Amino acid sequence: MTAVKWAHKNLFSGVWNTILTLAAIYLIAVAVPAIFDWMIFSAVWTGDSRAACLVPDAGACWPFVTANLKQFIYGRYPDAELWRVNLTFALGLAGLVPILIPSMPAKRWNLIYLVVAYPLIAIVLLAGDRPGLVGVETSLWGGLLVTLVVAITGIVVSLPLGVLLALGRRSEMPVIRMLSIGFIEFWRAVPLITVLFMASVMLPLFLPEGVSFDNLLRCLIGVALFSSAYMAEVVRGGLQAIPRGQYEAARAVGMSYWQTMGQIILPQALRHVIPGIVNTFIGLFKDTTLVLIVGIFDLLGQVRAQLSDPTWIVPQGATTGYVFAALVFWLFCFGMSRYSVFMERRLDTGHGKN
Amino acid sequence: MRPPDKNKSFGPMAWTNPRLRSLVYQLGAIAATIAIFTFFALTARANLERQNIASGFGFMNNTAGFGVIQTLIPYSEESSYGRVFLVGLANTLLVAVIGTVFAVALGFVIGVARLSGNWLVSKLAAVYVEVFRNIPLLLQLFFWYFAILRPLPAPRESIVLLPDVFLSNRGVAMPAFHPTDATSLFLIALAVAIVGIIVLRRWARKRRLATGQSFPDGRIALGLLIGLPLLVFFAVGAPAQIEPPVMGKFNFDGGWRLLPEFVALTFGLVVYTAAFIAEIVRSGILSVSKGQTEAAHAIGLNNSQTLRLVVIPQALRVIVPPLTSQILNLTKNSSLAVAIAYPDLVSIFAGTVLNQTGQAIEVIALTMAVYLVISLATSFAMNTYNARVAIVER
Repeated sequence: MTAVKWAHKNLFSGVWNTILTLAAIYLIAVAVPAIFDWMIFSAVWTGDSRAACLVPDAGACWPFVTANLKQFIYGRYPDAELWRVNLTFALGLAGLVPILIPSMPAKRWNLIYLVVAYPLIAIVLLAGDRPGLVGVETSLWGGLLVTLVVAITGIVVSLPLGVLLALGRRSEMPVIRMLSIGFIEFWRAVPLITVLFMASVMLPLFLPEGVSFDNLLRCLIGVALFSSAYMAEVVRGGLQAIPRGQYEAARAVGMSYWQTMGQIILPQALRHVIPGIVNTFIGLFKDTTLVLIVGIFDLLGQVRAQLSDPTWIVPQGATTGYVFAALVFWLFCFGMSRYSVFMERRLDTGHGKN
Repeated sequence: MRPPDKNKSFGPMAWTNPRLRSLVYQLGAIAATIAIFTFFALTARANLERQNIASGFGFMNNTAGFGVIQTLIPYSEESSYGRVFLVGLANTLLVAVIGTVFAVALGFVIGVARLSGNWLVSKLAAVYVEVFRNIPLLLQLFFWYFAILRPLPAPRESIVLLPDVFLSNRGVAMPAFHPTDATSLFLIALAVAIVGIIVLRRWARKRRLATGQSFPDGRIALGLLIGLPLLVFFAVGAPAQIEPPVMGKFNFDGGWRLLPEFVALTFGLVVYTAAFIAEIVRSGILSVSKGQTEAAHAIGLNNSQTLRLVVIPQALRVIVPPLTSQILNLTKNSSLAVAIAYPDLVSIFAGTVLNQTGQAIEVIALTMAVYLVISLATSFAMNTYNARVAIVER
């Protein structure tokens, strides 16, 4: 009875509503079975070459994904050294999980580990070339590894840089303010692709003879500068939300500018903008795919590269590969956006109590 | 009594003078900026000399020597690099304008659908937003282009979307509208109608404020908008000559043929951006408090008046600024064209021309300048709008 009532109220409360409902049901009836059929029921699940997928009316060719899974995660990283990548992933996860759970203690040390110690450990582990570790050139890195390296570098560099730029933009010194505004507005106005082009073809011209960075590092610099401008605007939003009284009170007890900012303003402002920071990170995570245009194989680039592998050329290869990549990216981004919503609700209630 | 001049306290305590300190900081910042730019300029000049790369914009007059698959302005292989720049710019603007129109329309529909009282419709809209917002745009473009458009049947077996609109692996073929003698008259009629409506609305508003009587300006405006052009149609003839595409030997002849690259890029941009616009529209409408609607009803406005005069103007104040930044994002994202070889500014100028001339600094700087100008012009317009609609505190 209640179900009928509910349906009447929410689906069939008038002529227009009924038409909409029927149209929606039609859309679902057409799309959903077709998608499920393609992804599960008609899909090929086992096989070790393209022959398995050359069945008429076959859906997705999943063996293409399982056979290339190693490339999708690690790129061409040497087999014998894969433990280093896995260890890096594990160490990152060990630092990330506790910081995401609000009730976990020692947030400060956790943050220091993630932002300072972990990147250094990760560089040594991944690039090697230290006693006891074989060097692995970045041209061998690929897949999800590169996606994560670019995204995490972007966020780790852009946070402190973004905070400085945001402070600069709100500074009382006109020159500092103008320089910050110029920097922020420049990077926000241009598309990331032109930044990556700049990093890969223009930057070498600006470096003295003999100094050269590898391609990945140049892109990382470009991504970091680009995302720090966006981060600066997010942080500025947080700074503007802090009531004037906080600044005045800090001044009144004799704190200096940096004490005021570091101990009073920023801790409050940054907590306010955690959802904004997460959203910037989601954008950055999606934007990492652009590095494939300058010849770096991130997850999407690696999927594209494997698609031209003659052992796996099948008609549904492109669809399968891109659907797989889309699922991976979607899981990451949707997970992060849910977390951002969760934090937003938490921050909201905290604010309401005051 | 004069207050002591703080600037005069040079002495052992000078460093504690905040004004002097800030002056030193600022001079330092200027000096550092100049130093960095000088260093880059000097090294760049040395590098260019050493590698024998020409500098300056002289190359813009050289012959390009390559073909472009879509040109909105006259272009041939003998045209100059400067011409390539204009061709690319026109192609970028084409995608940006068409993409914006469709993305805003789709975004509004989905955003309103998310707030629909119909449970199924609002859930479908939510699924749309969550799916397309959380997948990288580049991946979506690859999907539409390589997984959907490329494997489509050849033009001969193309899918009929609408009468005379065909979808095949060569893109979309649709009827072309060629201007005739009546076109300019038709456009003039349209312009007269629009000006007339503006004048009419001003007058109606003045009258309402003076006498309290409302005037059915909406219906008359609609009549003007349709009636005047219709009058021209009957007097002079059709405003455009319609030429449907005809199947040739391998591809369609005549009509307007949209490249698959253009279709994939525009479609991908629209689908992706619409998901973000839908969220903006939703939060904009939600931001108008229920009390506003109730108050409007209480003073006797009907549903459509409430929406038109109370809810939408207030929602727009919240919607327009983030909407503009989404439109800018769409314009910037159109540079992903390079990945599927649609000949936009980045693809043919920062791509092909850069490779041919090797003049990275000039080419990249010019490309970035274009986006910079578009962004700055938009934010200027935005600030003007914001100043106009800002709530006046009383």
